[in-house]
Amino acid sequence: MIEASIAELSASLRAKRFSSVELTQAHLARIDALDGTLNAFITVDAGRAIADARAADNAIGKGDGGPLTGIPIAHKDILVTAGMRTTCGSRMLANYISPFDADVVDRLARGGTVLLGKTNMDEFAMGSSSETSYFGPVRNPWHLDYVPGGSSGGSAAAVAARLVAGGTGTDTGGSIRQPAAMSGVCGLKPTYGVCSRYGLVAFASSLDQAGPFARSAEDLALLLNAMAGHDPRDSTSLDRPVEDYARLVREDRGGKPLAGIRIGLPAEYSGAGVDADVAGAIDEALGVLRALGAETVAVALPNVRLAIPVYYVIAPAEASSNLSRFDGVRYGHRAATYADLTDMYAKTRAEGFGAEVKRRILVGTYVLSHGYYDAYYLKAQQVRRLIADDFRAAYEKCDAIAGPTSPTAAFKIGAKSDDPVQMYLNDIFTIAANLTGAPALSIPCGFARSGLPIGLQLQGPAFTEAKLLDVAHRFQQATDWHRRAPTLAENPGSLPPEGAQ
Amino acid sequence: MNLSLADVYRIAHLARLEIDAAHAEEVRTKLASIFGLIDELTAVDTTGVAPMAHAQDATLPLREDVVSEVDASDCYQALAPAADDGLYLVPKVLE
Repeated sequence: MIEASIAELSASLRAKRFSSVELTQAHLARIDALDGTLNAFITVDAGRAIADARAADNAIGKGDGGPLTGIPIAHKDILVTAGMRTTCGSRMLANYISPFDADVVDRLARGGTVLLGKTNMDEFAMGSSSETSYFGPVRNPWHLDYVPGGSSGGSAAAVAARLVAGGTGTDTGGSIRQPAAMSGVCGLKPTYGVCSRYGLVAFASSLDQAGPFARSAEDLALLLNAMAGHDPRDSTSLDRPVEDYARLVREDRGGKPLAGIRIGLPAEYSGAGVDADVAGAIDEALGVLRALGAETVAVALPNVRLAIPVYYVIAPAEASSNLSRFDGVRYGHRAATYADLTDMYAKTRAEGFGAEVKRRILVGTYVLSHGYYDAYYLKAQQVRRLIADDFRAAYEKCDAIAGPTSPTAAFKIGAKSDDPVQMYLNDIFTIAANLTGAPALSIPCGFARSGLPIGLQLQGPAFTEAKLLDVAHRFQQATDWHRRAPTLAENPGSLPPEGAQ
Repeated sequence: MNLSLADVYRIAHLARLEIDAAHAEEVRTKLASIFGLIDELTAVDTTGVAPMAHAQDATLPLREDVVSEVDASDCYQALAPAADDGLYLVPKVLE
């Protein structure tokens, strides 16, 4: 049952082949056996999970269950959960318990899912390796010496290691797609505004978007169906008609299901910087898409190389503003000793935040400071427009853009942690979708010589989630990369305790 | 760009972040490398380009000016490091 997809598990639960309590216990047992090593979870709440599972079994017994009823999931520890602590991977919020649920948490609960716990992540979602957590690094289930990607590396690793059937992440510059690629699972960043940001602890408000992790494109669609929807509590949540994101996946279209679909291939997404193993796997995946009837066309994104510098102005600027709320007054950590109020703020924040979060706050403060706003923030917003215009022009020639999710497969723990700029370059292919607000997903499409997974990214214009999921689903009908599972020995060792980082 | 240690301390003060003198030079070096990356933008001609603040260029919605939330202040103040009698407690700022 551990290997089954959400769609298969749902069918089995309704057919009473096993109960949600049994399914939940099987996943909790795996967490117990494997998570001491993987460190994918910050919090596991077995009691609550079993109670959720009992409620799901009751609903199924009465014939009330939906497609997610009784399915074990986990939330990234940046989505607040009433009664279960939300740390954002930070000392600042190590003991924070929200009085309310995030909108996507609430929606998935109402969908009948069983919440097993909260997953580990880069502190405040700032990172591409899940190494900067106060609760220690997450390990890649395919090779324990490697990172799982980040920032939502805990959810990616948990789904890859079959600790949960699905999960949530948040994606500000690639934080769902890049760990999905590096951990060999599927992850989707929806169009900005499709999922409410209410209860998503803000990093960069104009870019942050929650989305699902799962082991198939069909499962991503089922999770997104539950997560999406208008929420008046988030002023950027879009009021659109309810959409069934799985509708195209369910169509039967014969042997050439992608006939009529044009896949754009930007020259900027190949060549220098892309590892040969990654390029090879992407070429093979494009061959599969062509065999399924898709046509590939060349497109140009001349300004996309500027996505990283634009992002490293806009995201830190917004972060420096958002994270000013952590001052030791209303919630979170407060320094034990200080001279006066200003000193209390400065010491509280110096103690509560890790090095990468502090760096981004400093960069953001600088670019927004007196005399520099036009040179940095305004300039970055102008270049953001140029990048969005490039995509608009490209989508006149194609329905979706394909390429690698990340230029390399996962790297070793510690390999880039001392060089922020090298770490930032991981997100070269993922950031543009955040800047333009467009949907994008990553699905497994092969392995590097290191044995670590490679991800194929599909991006499309706003509100084309269903189409991207359909292309991904057809690819998965023709291949079995998404069915591959890491081999994990139980309890081969354990990580340093909390706060040892 | 040339980022001096004085710049680092100035920004850190604006951000209310204490910088430990032993690590200030390391902070300066890493920030300088990040600004090296960002400075690529200065060469781009953006004359006449409208800044893009929001992905969907959406306008902010309005709602009726009525109370929509219940008073949960006790529940929020329970999370504070120091609160008493409905007030958040901070070090004295006025003599």
